[in-house]
Amino acid sequence: MAGAVVPAIRIQRQDFDVAAEIAGLTKGRTDIGAVVTFSGLCRDEQGALSALELEHYPGMAEAEIGRIAAEAVERWPLQGLTVIHRHGKIVPGENIVLVVAASLHRRAAFEAANFLMDYLKSRAPFWKKEHLADGSEGGWVEAKEADDQAADRWKKQGE
Amino acid sequence: MSTKLIYFAWVRERIGKPEEDVELPSGIETVADLLRWLKSRGEQYENALQYPDVIRVAINQEHVGHREKIAGAREIALFPPMTGG
Repeated sequence: MAGAVVPAIRIQRQDFDVAAEIAGLTKGRTDIGAVVTFSGLCRDEQGALSALELEHYPGMAEAEIGRIAAEAVERWPLQGLTVIHRHGKIVPGENIVLVVAASLHRRAAFEAANFLMDYLKSRAPFWKKEHLADGSEGGWVEAKEADDQAADRWKKQGE
Repeated sequence: MSTKLIYFAWVRERIGKPEEDVELPSGIETVADLLRWLKSRGEQYENALQYPDVIRVAINQEHVGHREKIAGAREIALFPPMTGG
């Protein structure tokens, strides 16, 4: 059963509709017991930020998220999985990323969504550049050590 | 055989171009060798690759370590640690 799930992965410029994405996974089905969604938004950093510009590596972004999603499907008994990551210029309040994980029970859905986000942060080829509210260019966002550590905690023993 | 190099984020900005095709001299066997050779190609490369340890590398769109062999690579990408999500 779990092996039959094909994750839906989209790398896109345009926004997405969270409710529509949940409905897309659950509509017409009576077997799903739990849906966990995570959406990541652009925040304004107390008014200092006017936009984030997301650069990505076309081709590899899809491939790498596909590899991460395939691992999630292998590790947890999921009934559906959708991952969307936007690129281009995104202003505060807009969506950046979405993970929707569906399963029989909540635990697998929560854990899979959490795993996906931790891995996306440190392995998906996207880079954020800040544009500041005063009109200046804020530079590239620096990767956080904490994000690498968050991904490391999902490693299986012996890895 | 020429190899396509692709750069992203501040690596791209510092080198001053998004991609290029290069003929790798003989003796360039690993990712670390490639970074060392590129760094010697001029001030912009020197600036971009000043701290090679922080540079992340993908061969044919898959992450690799700096000790990876590059024989047969069609496309090698160099970029800073990722900040998506």
